[in-house]
Amino acid sequence: MPVDLLSFARAVSDGEVRVIDLTQTLSQEFPTIVLPPELGQCARFRIEEVSRYDERGPAWYWNNISLGEHTGTHFDAPIHWISGKDLPNNAVDTIDVAKFIAPAVVIDCSKECAANPDFALTIPFVEQWEARYGKIEPGHWALLRTDWSKRNYPDYAGLRDDGAHTPGPEPAVVKWFVEQRDVHGFGTETIGTDFGQGHHFNPPYPAHFYMHGKGRFGLQCLTNLDLLPPKGTVIVAAPLKIKQGSGSPLRVLALVDGPRK
Amino acid sequence: MTQDDRMASGAIRKSYDGIVACLPVTIPYRHYSTNSAHWWLGRALREIVTRARLRPKDIDGFAVSSFTVGPDTAVGLTQHFGLSPRWLDHIPFGGASGIVALRRAARAVQAGDADIVACVAGDTNHVDSFRKTLSTFSRFAQDAVYPYGSGGANASFALITKNYMNSYGARREDFAKLCIAQRDNALSIPHAMMKKKLTLDGYMSARPIADPIHLFDCVMPCAGAEALLVCREDTAKSLNLPGVRILSTIERHNAFPTDPMQVRGGWALDVDELWSMAGLKPKDVDFVETYDDYPVIVMMQLEDLGFCMKGEAPDFVRSHSFTNEGTFPQNTSGGQLSIGQAGAAGGFLGLVEAMRQLTAQQLGTQVPDAKTCLVSGFGMINYDRGLSSCAAILARAT
Amino acid sequence: MTTPLVRPKRKNPLKRTRLPLGPQGVRSRTAHGLTAAAAEGRFVLQVCLDCNTVIYPPRDACPSCLSARLPFRDVDRSGTLVAETTVQTSTDPYFRERTPWRVGTVKLDVGPVVVAHLHGDAVEGGRVRLDFKLDRSGSAVAIALPEKDTENMADDPHLREMTCDPKFRRVLITDGRNAVGQAMAKAFSDAGAAIVFVGLADGWKPFPGLDVIRKIERVEIVPLDVTDTESVTEQAEQNGARIDIIVNTAEHVRAGGVVDRHGLTVAREEMDIRYLGLMRLAQAFGPVLRSRGADGVNSAAAFVNLLSVHALMNWPAYGSHSATEAACLSAAQCMRAELRPGGVKVLNMFFGPLETEWFQTVPPPKVMPAVLANAVIRALKQGVEDAFVGDVAEDIRQRLAVNPKALEREMTS
Repeated sequence: MPVDLLSFARAVSDGEVRVIDLTQTLSQEFPTIVLPPELGQCARFRIEEVSRYDERGPAWYWNNISLGEHTGTHFDAPIHWISGKDLPNNAVDTIDVAKFIAPAVVIDCSKECAANPDFALTIPFVEQWEARYGKIEPGHWALLRTDWSKRNYPDYAGLRDDGAHTPGPEPAVVKWFVEQRDVHGFGTETIGTDFGQGHHFNPPYPAHFYMHGKGRFGLQCLTNLDLLPPKGTVIVAAPLKIKQGSGSPLRVLALVDGPRK
Repeated sequence: MTQDDRMASGAIRKSYDGIVACLPVTIPYRHYSTNSAHWWLGRALREIVTRARLRPKDIDGFAVSSFTVGPDTAVGLTQHFGLSPRWLDHIPFGGASGIVALRRAARAVQAGDADIVACVAGDTNHVDSFRKTLSTFSRFAQDAVYPYGSGGANASFALITKNYMNSYGARREDFAKLCIAQRDNALSIPHAMMKKKLTLDGYMSARPIADPIHLFDCVMPCAGAEALLVCREDTAKSLNLPGVRILSTIERHNAFPTDPMQVRGGWALDVDELWSMAGLKPKDVDFVETYDDYPVIVMMQLEDLGFCMKGEAPDFVRSHSFTNEGTFPQNTSGGQLSIGQAGAAGGFLGLVEAMRQLTAQQLGTQVPDAKTCLVSGFGMINYDRGLSSCAAILARAT
Repeated sequence: MTTPLVRPKRKNPLKRTRLPLGPQGVRSRTAHGLTAAAAEGRFVLQVCLDCNTVIYPPRDACPSCLSARLPFRDVDRSGTLVAETTVQTSTDPYFRERTPWRVGTVKLDVGPVVVAHLHGDAVEGGRVRLDFKLDRSGSAVAIALPEKDTENMADDPHLREMTCDPKFRRVLITDGRNAVGQAMAKAFSDAGAAIVFVGLADGWKPFPGLDVIRKIERVEIVPLDVTDTESVTEQAEQNGARIDIIVNTAEHVRAGGVVDRHGLTVAREEMDIRYLGLMRLAQAFGPVLRSRGADGVNSAAAFVNLLSVHALMNWPAYGSHSATEAACLSAAQCMRAELRPGGVKVLNMFFGPLETEWFQTVPPPKVMPAVLANAVIRALKQGVEDAFVGDVAEDIRQRLAVNPKALEREMTS
């Protein structure tokens, strides 16, 4: 059945289809993942002015930027994790581009997270959500709304003596997402898709391990998830086409039906 | 061979018989000048050829003293002025320039290496040339003096003056006496930079420059030129130029290097030879032209040239009068302290004034019956002391 | 008696800032032997190898025997102040606005006569100690100090022109996150700095020393990330005009060589934090520091670099780090020339391994952060340019002076 794309475009420009920006601004101050200092670190976002209508370039302003593949709001490809390293089409430049557009469900645990930074998403919690909003259909992004993006940076990073204390999924629910619900990928507002203390899980970092191990994707440092309905959002998330890239910062757009209520 | 060895062995230096200095020339000084040193030196040369009724090519010997003629030296000036001398010397020895030039020129003429030697000294004074001269005066000045307050020669001689006062009891009033008398001698000199009578009160209350040196202890740098001719006595007669005979000369550089501070100049090393070569004693001369960059150096010259013992100059000053009609006529046209110091021309000032007094061509007041005199030169403060000293005993040529 | 310095009043914002001037710094090449000594706080004169005459002013032939073998040697600095004068007027603009200025003639016990600046407590006829210090032109000058230390000696105006005393000055410690930065903040507070700005990056990353820093008197914590041009620029815009001394404590130490390293991300970090960080600080703070070199009692005075001594000779175990430090050293030399017109000194502190976590496996001797901090204070008070802190640094300095190639081999034995 032919799809009327022009009507879709008009709907977007008319506001009938709302476009919501789920992306944090790339800035120097935004926290990044911090690994033990003896390991390699993710580059921070840095910007150096090349010229600004001055002797370095009289009529133009431009910058050189430097950043890591996993800086700011970013996409994780399966090749990012050891469990996905041998899968076909597992890098950002080889993933089928059709996969960059996909529907999403938004699971809200913001109240629980407000009370407990070590909130872990479990299967029962999701089943409770499904009881209210219906079963999660295959091929959907599972986005975890924690309202973490509203916190100041120190609380957002949640770093203490023993590492980060930020919410995330238990191993079991990740496995379940993949095997029982065939999710497209997992998305969070926090730095990383995994539970802050996820290095103590078995396996460690299960969101990475299981998702990428099964060729699924990750999105992190998302914002504005509180503006999305539990179901019905379509996500456009196309990473940069980096040669054998493990991921990239990107603009994540949510398409939502109907004008603002 | 030391002077003592020479004296003991009876060896006397060759006399200057048959050689005279004649034609004293002064180009009137100006405080600041936009003209180059070349211009000032050229004026003096022109005055020489005009008054001697010579042509420039008659001048076959040329000695130049100047600090501001760079990047030229004497060689460049030969082409600049159209001279073709067969004897040439560049003598940038500051206050010693005049007598050193006289010594060199006299021996050249005596040996037949030149017949008519023009000795010329002159410097210009641009508004900032004083600072430039200071900072690049010598390597030791650059490395070890200028960075210390940049007070120039004034600061260096202030230290020498302070030490002399501490050592020998000289007081500012004693220096004042010398300065006041010299100023009196200058009142009749038209081109003197300082035109007013100096009083003791004026001297004592003058602005401090570098303690204990105050304003009237310092010469005024200016632009100007001085010159003279050296030739055989018969040449001078044929040119109708009254001449002055040279009875003796001495010259010394870097004397007494182990003196912690300068309390004596090189004359003290060679003074006996100066008087014995002339066959005279200090009391025999009718007037003295000392090098007066600072009054303390005048005092040192009075001691080192034999007029009194070391340390006795303060008493000597207190017991003599130094105007042209006084008991010890000294710096008879006022010295540099009254006339001004036109750079290296300051080293000629005393010599030229002595020649005028001895040949009755003085510009100001006459020293009565002036037959013989002593002229002294000093200068070239390289680090912490004046390195060069010289003197000549001159006599009217009969 | 030296009048003690009084903490300056707040600057009148409507008054023009006095621009820096310097005395003439031209010296003969030989005379710069004194500059080399003054840069490290040593007192040397030429001593003729053939006849032992001690010589001043510096020259190229012995005035006693004409030998050309005239090395600079440490000599006794005692002497007598024979005569003094106070310069009341000068043709040099620097001294002209600083008269009256005392200078004098010192007869050294070892022989030569030295024209020197005079400390206010040096008395004519009395005994003095001579010191060679770097004046505002960056060249060495002699200053006669009283024989024994006197009260408030450092506050003497002549002496203060040649030193970078932290008293009443405002300092920026660029990174308080590490042990050295924390020790530095304490040392400057103890030395009487009026304000100790402590820069911290990444406020979202906690670290153990934060409470320690907060408790130090007169500390003000400011956001500063030397890897972020915007952050450095902003800090300079806000506080640059009231910072007189900068101590760059941002560090990045990792073991690893050039061949024996896997990947370049650590090298990038090293260069970004150390070399480019220095460049950011230089570009943001340099101009305002340079313009404030004559701005009263709390004028801009110094930029302090903390450099591994291996900037001078690579230590292959920390080879990439050494190379980065070498880059910083060269940059510091450039900064020294660029800041000199403002009379602002660039101090390079060289030290071997520190007693900090990234040198954990290195055997002693190592330098404690507090020792380094105190050495910085001392170096600023002395007005030296290059200081070697600790046994390893001093050892390397000596070996370099004798045989750099042997030292190069010894760095891997």
